[in-house]
Amino acid sequence: MAKTLFEKIWEKHVVKNIEGGPSVLYIDKHFIHEVTSPQAFRGLEQRGLKVLRPKQVVATVDHNVPTINQHLPIREELSRKQVQTLKENCEKFGIELYGLGHPFQGIVHIIGPELGVTQPGMTIVCGDSHTSTHGAFGTIAFGIGTSEVEMVLATQCLMHSKPKLMRINVEGTLNKGVVSKDIILYIISKISASGATGYAVEYAGSAIRNLSMEARMTICNMSIEMGARCGMIAPDETTFNYIRGRKFAPQDEAWDKALTYWKTLYSDDDAKFDNELFIKAEDIEPMITYGTNPGMGMGITGHVPELSEIDVKEKSSYEKSLHYMGLEPGALMKGKKVDYVFIGSCTNARIEDLRMVASFVKGKHKADDVEVWIVPGSKQVEKQAMEEGINTIFEEAGFVLRQPGCSACLGMNEDKIPAGKYCISTSNRNFEGRQGPNARTFLASPLTAAAAAITGKVTDVREMLV
Amino acid sequence: MSKQINIITSTVVPVNIENIDTDQIIPARFLKATTRDGFGKNLFRDWRYENDDESKPKNFPLNDPRYSGKILVAAKNFGCGSSREHAAWAIKDYGFDVVVSSFFADIFKNNALNNFLLPVVVSEDFLQKIFTAVEADPTTELEVNLEEQTIKLLGSRIPSSNIDLGKGESFDINHYKKTCLLNGYDDIDYLINMKKDIEAFEAALA
Repeated sequence: MAKTLFEKIWEKHVVKNIEGGPSVLYIDKHFIHEVTSPQAFRGLEQRGLKVLRPKQVVATVDHNVPTINQHLPIREELSRKQVQTLKENCEKFGIELYGLGHPFQGIVHIIGPELGVTQPGMTIVCGDSHTSTHGAFGTIAFGIGTSEVEMVLATQCLMHSKPKLMRINVEGTLNKGVVSKDIILYIISKISASGATGYAVEYAGSAIRNLSMEARMTICNMSIEMGARCGMIAPDETTFNYIRGRKFAPQDEAWDKALTYWKTLYSDDDAKFDNELFIKAEDIEPMITYGTNPGMGMGITGHVPELSEIDVKEKSSYEKSLHYMGLEPGALMKGKKVDYVFIGSCTNARIEDLRMVASFVKGKHKADDVEVWIVPGSKQVEKQAMEEGINTIFEEAGFVLRQPGCSACLGMNEDKIPAGKYCISTSNRNFEGRQGPNARTFLASPLTAAAAAITGKVTDVREMLV
Repeated sequence: MSKQINIITSTVVPVNIENIDTDQIIPARFLKATTRDGFGKNLFRDWRYENDDESKPKNFPLNDPRYSGKILVAAKNFGCGSSREHAAWAIKDYGFDVVVSSFFADIFKNNALNNFLLPVVVSEDFLQKIFTAVEADPTTELEVNLEEQTIKLLGSRIPSSNIDLGKGESFDINHYKKTCLLNGYDDIDYLINMKKDIEAFEAALA
């Protein structure tokens, strides 16, 4: 019987189907970080349980860490305590931790792939909604809550019902200045912040196939922003070439065996999806969001919707959103002043993102009244950027290259956008207060963010490309 | 935390806003705790207070003395965004046992169920009826019956506004989860009892 990519992986991991209920699903890899794990470890202790498979757990610190002076003790007491608690828990339960100062430390969804931990056909979970990132390798990867973190630590299993399946096909060639972040912002703007809730989404089509692994990760990363349980892309030569030779990638015979299996991971020709969408790559412009959820986005030349364009039931939520953003219905986004530029997060802080920004800003300088923060996704990305001289280009442009962490994506550490200020951000969420109380966020690609850094306002990057 | 849910009859707190994300339910700066307790006081923190100042309450249903109860009612796509279970902890700790919406985000729904906070999905029409009825008369009560899988507005009509309260609706929940909530069972108890099956599964994989 014809099967989808999702079904092939799901069925291989079902330990048991419960009648009238969920399936018991086996989890191959479990990533943990300091924020959503302490209560799970405490739960284990209260129940007198051990971690069943500590070698299948990878730990790092990212959400709460400072992005300057990481060699010094963390100033904020609660953050320091949370980071310390993870260290103690990892020691107690025998889990490898890539803590501050470790050459592998970084944002959990950046380090998994770069270390070769993330491999096709796996089930992967983490107490973080952007776990969908790992789906770029043809995995079932999704975010879970802390009670579920505890379940996976204790039993390496979870209880979930099989989601519905959606395929989103993006065919054609991307326009100049349009990158993978624009593809996903475009999709979410079309189907809304809840348009894929209840679905596992597979991205397919020539425009997806032509993307690098890092660009694919950006797309899968934001699957959760349209409510999807997970996002995934069938592995291909691009995937295999990316994984080959990485630290935890299989080697020699194990590699050959793995590769044979990985090559079976695709949706069969006549596999059935519950929903299927078709998008033309040529229709996509550089994107920008104007509202307070990631579905409130549009092409950079567009205008903020008029009240008359909004459904009656949604009007009050829409007005609340625009009021927060300090925008008027009908306003043009192009030319809107920005105060901060944040280039970072699990969505766009990989080496290709930094290279893209560096090659665009080389020889240019930021606008005087804009502050630009570049936060690499991991120690390895940071090191690579230094080796390639990207840090020098940033310095000359007046950008500040900070140290790895989640940073101003969620403003849990000290990297907050001040109240009322506008930040163009390569992160994934423009929610109220996300980047700091009363901060205002425009989501965009690294290229569009870099253009705003130079001009000090929302800019159509195509006008600056030669 | 009260485990076990069956029939809950209560007035409601209506928050008629769509796409409420978990950053609004519990802002990130409150996620630095290492225990599950005490999140209720920071529920909807930035929608409740001006500049984080408790002496400056905003116009928000949780601050409105007309509204109270064990049932939170919110517009569609409730709990989207971050997977933080702290959102479910905050709602439960504040004193709610049920959240009603026309649509929940997946991760939030799981987190709620794992904390004996019952997410009830109703039709968009019934949701609007609840908002209308409660705004007209804040003493209006909802009855949620898990065993029967029904939800209804108590009484037949609001005298002051002549709103027909209707018969209510039935709601879906899978049989396994329903049994867990009615009896106070955790998923983790179930999984721990499956240890042999899990080990056999692993052996077959190798």
